[in-house]
Amino acid sequence: MQMVAEGKISIEEITESMELCLGCRACETACPTNVQYGKILESFKEVKSAATGVPLMEKRALQRALPNKKLMGTMRASLRAYQKTRLDTFARKSRMLGILPEQLRAFEEITPAIEMPNKHLRRTTQTPERDPQARVAFFTGCIMDVFFAKINDLSIKLLKHAGCEVTVIKEQTCCGALQNHSGDTNTSKKLAKENIAAFEKGNFDFVVNSIGGCGAMLVEYDHLLADEPEWAERAKVFVQKNKDVSVILNKLGLDFQKEMAGVVTYQPSCHLLNVQKVSGDPVQLLESIPGITYVPLPKGDMCCGSAGIYNIVHYEESMEILDAKMEHVQKVSPDTIVTSNPGCHLQMCLGVKREGLEDRVRVVHIVELLAEACGIDHK
Amino acid sequence: MITEQVVDRLKSIMGSEKRILMEKADLVSYSYDGSFGAYLPEIILQPISTEEVAGAVKLANEMKIPVYPRGRGTSLSGGPLPVHGGIVLDFSRWTQTLVIDPEDTVAIVSPGVITADIDREAKQHGLMYPPDPSSSHVSTIGGNLAENAGGPRGLKYGVTKDYVLGLEIVTPEGEIIRTGGRTVKNVTGYDLTKLIVGSEGTLGIITEATLQLIPRPQATQTMMVIFDDIIDAGKAISAVLTSGILPSKMEIMDQSSIRAVEEFQPIGLPVDVDAIILIELDGHPIAIRDESEQVKQVCLGVGAREAIIARDEESAERLWKARKLVSPAIVRKKPTKISEDATIPRSKIPEMFRRLQEIKAKYEIDLVVFGHAGDGNLHPNIITDKQDKEEMKRVEKAVEEIFTVAIELGGTLSGEHGIGTMKAPFMEMELGEAGLDMMKRMKKAWDPNNIMNPGKIFPEKKGQKLVLVND
Repeated sequence: MQMVAEGKISIEEITESMELCLGCRACETACPTNVQYGKILESFKEVKSAATGVPLMEKRALQRALPNKKLMGTMRASLRAYQKTRLDTFARKSRMLGILPEQLRAFEEITPAIEMPNKHLRRTTQTPERDPQARVAFFTGCIMDVFFAKINDLSIKLLKHAGCEVTVIKEQTCCGALQNHSGDTNTSKKLAKENIAAFEKGNFDFVVNSIGGCGAMLVEYDHLLADEPEWAERAKVFVQKNKDVSVILNKLGLDFQKEMAGVVTYQPSCHLLNVQKVSGDPVQLLESIPGITYVPLPKGDMCCGSAGIYNIVHYEESMEILDAKMEHVQKVSPDTIVTSNPGCHLQMCLGVKREGLEDRVRVVHIVELLAEACGIDHK
Repeated sequence: MITEQVVDRLKSIMGSEKRILMEKADLVSYSYDGSFGAYLPEIILQPISTEEVAGAVKLANEMKIPVYPRGRGTSLSGGPLPVHGGIVLDFSRWTQTLVIDPEDTVAIVSPGVITADIDREAKQHGLMYPPDPSSSHVSTIGGNLAENAGGPRGLKYGVTKDYVLGLEIVTPEGEIIRTGGRTVKNVTGYDLTKLIVGSEGTLGIITEATLQLIPRPQATQTMMVIFDDIIDAGKAISAVLTSGILPSKMEIMDQSSIRAVEEFQPIGLPVDVDAIILIELDGHPIAIRDESEQVKQVCLGVGAREAIIARDEESAERLWKARKLVSPAIVRKKPTKISEDATIPRSKIPEMFRRLQEIKAKYEIDLVVFGHAGDGNLHPNIITDKQDKEEMKRVEKAVEEIFTVAIELGGTLSGEHGIGTMKAPFMEMELGEAGLDMMKRMKKAWDPNNIMNPGKIFPEKKGQKLVLVND
C-alpha cells in the first residue's frame, strides 16, 4: 500500500494479491512490530470499492438484506420449509442442484437444519435462580440467527445457567463486518451507531455474542468511529463491554451435569483469536468438561479458509486451504471438532464431508458442547 | 535479460509453474529486504529441490543472468536485494526436511526451514541448536548460513559457522557438490564448509545443511543490572567476563532504547537510568544460582546501581521481551532505521560508547545503542527519515565515522549482519588492498561469470562511497 501511495505500483496491480488475502489477521498476532494490517487491508478495500464499486448484487445484499430483520426471518422460514418438505433431499437425489455452480452446491449440502428461534427467550429477560452475577445484553447477529438460531438460544440458556440476567434487545442490528470487509465503510458506520445506541439503553455490564467474526467487528467500533467526535467515546464504552460468550462463561464457571466422552479438538475463529485476542477461555472451558479428552489441533491458528465469503468468492483457493486444514485434523482424529463462529462451522462441516468423515466426526459450536455437558437442551 | 525462451526453459526446469512468479505485484514484493533500497527482479523461482536449483543456475550461468538467493528477506545488510535484476531464488517454500538424529546429535535441514524450528525440534530430544538471531522465529536457516548469523547466545556458544558440519551446495556453474560431513572432526582437504558459510550467497547456493547440536542446559537464570553511567556498564561487562563465569547472554540497552520500549509497550523498565544490561546464565540450577549471586556482586563492585535477579520464568521472559522490542520500538519516532553491527574487542566497549556519543552529538542524529555487549557486537541504530535529504547526508557521514572508529579500535565492520550492499565501500579500509584482492580472486575462481549475487560484498568501482540519497 505504501508503494501504491508512492506511485511505484498501481492499485490494479496489487488487487489480486490483496483479494486473495483471507483477512484472518494472524499476521497481526505474529507481528513483532505491531503492524496494523487490518487497517491496511480495509484501506485497500475502501480505495478499491471507491474506484470500481462493489458488485451491485453484493452491495444490495450487504446494505439492505442483512440488516433487515423481516427479510432475514423470511429467509429462515423458506430455508426451513425447503428442508422440512424434504424438497432438499429430492433436489439432491434428482441432481436438480447440478445446475448450480460447484461452490454453491457444496454449501447447499452442508446447510444446517434450520430451526426457528425460541420466542420466549428472545422476548423476555431471562433471570437466573440465584442473584444475577452480571447483566448481559445478548447480540444475536443476522446470518447467525438464520442458520444457527439454536446456538444463540443455547448461549442465552448457558449464560443464565452461569448466573447472568440475559436480555435480547429488539433494536439491535447487523454488526457490519461483511460490509466493512467489502469496503463499504459507510454502511458499517451506520450499523455501528445503531448498535451502540441500542445497547446503551438498559445499563448492561456486558454485550455478549457467540460469533467470532461479528465480535471482532464489534470490538473494532472504536477504530471505525475514531474520527467522529460525538461517537468515539460512546464506541469505546461499547467496545469495553463487548465479550465473546466463552470469556463470560469461563469467568463465571459452569456447573456440569453430564459425563461426556471422546476426543475433542478446537478450530479457533481467526477473528476471535487475532482480533478479539481470545485464546485461553475456549480451551479452558473445553478442558473443564468432564470426560472428554481435549487434543489441540496442530496449526490451529491457521485459518480454515472460510473467511467471511471468501469460500464462495475464491472457492478453489479456499478448498486448497481446507484440504491442508483437514490433514491436520486427521492427525488428531477427533470425534468432535469445536468451532466458535458460523463461517468456520460450515467450512469445517464441508471439510468433514470432503474427507468422507460424516459418520465419525461431528462439528459443533462450543456452546452446543457446553450446553450438552450442562444438561441444557434446546427445547 | 529474461527472454520468453528463458522463461520456457525455466518452466521445464521447475516442477510446477505455480512456483514461478512474474506479476508486477510479485516483483515488487521481492524488491526489498530488512535493509535499505529496493530493486525489481525480473522473475522469481521458488525451488524445492536441488535439481531445480542446479537447473536454474546452469541456465543462468549459460545466459549470464544474475541469480539472487533469498530466504525470508529479514536481512539487515541487503543480502537478497536483486541489485542487477535477474532471477530471485526464493527458498521460503523449501521447508520439507528437518530431521534430528539424536545419536549423532545432528540436524539435517533444507534451506527454507525456520531457524527457531530447528531448536524447537532439538529440544524434543534434550538437545539445542544454539545460534539465536533475534529474527530466528522468521528467518530461514539458509539465510543464516549465507550470512553466518549470530545472536545473543553467541557470547558463550559462538555463531552459525560453529555449528555447521556439512553442506550440499550448487556452485555458480550449476554443479552439485558436498562439503564436510556429519562428524565434528574432518580435515579432508580445504574447509569449503566454512568458506561458504558467511559468503553471502556469492560463491554458491546452499541446498542442504548438516548442523551440530549440543546437550541442552538444564536451566537458565536471568538478571537485570542497572547503571547510572553507560561507561560503567562497559566496565561491568569486562569485570564479569574475567571473573571466571561465562554467561550465555549479555545484552545492553541504552537510555534511548529503554525509553522507546517503555513508550511502545510498558514493561516496567527503569527509565531514569543511563543503561541496563540483561544477563542470562545457563547450566545446572544449583550452579547458576551461585553464579548469579557472584555476577551481582561483581557488577555492584564496578558501580552498578542495582542488580535484580528474575524471580521466575515469567519475569525473565518479560525482560527478554523488552530486549526484543527495541527494534520495533525505536522506529516509531521516525520511519527509517539504519541498523549497524560494528563489533569491537570487549576491552574497547567503554571507549566505543564514548565515541558513539561524540558521533551522535557531532552530526545531530538520533542514535540508539543496544546489542550483544558481551561479545562486543553493538548495534548502533540511526533513526531517521529517508525523505529528509539534508539529514540523510549527515547520516551518511555518521555511518562512515562509526565504521572508521570500529576499525581503529581493532574491530570489524560487521559482526553478524553481513556486508551486502551498504558496507561494501568500506571493505578495503578493513582488509587492505591485497586482502580484498585475494577475496576477489576466490570469487572469480568460483563464479567466473559473476552471476551469483552480484553487487554484494565487493565495491563495484574503486572509491565507491556510501550513498543513502539519490540526488
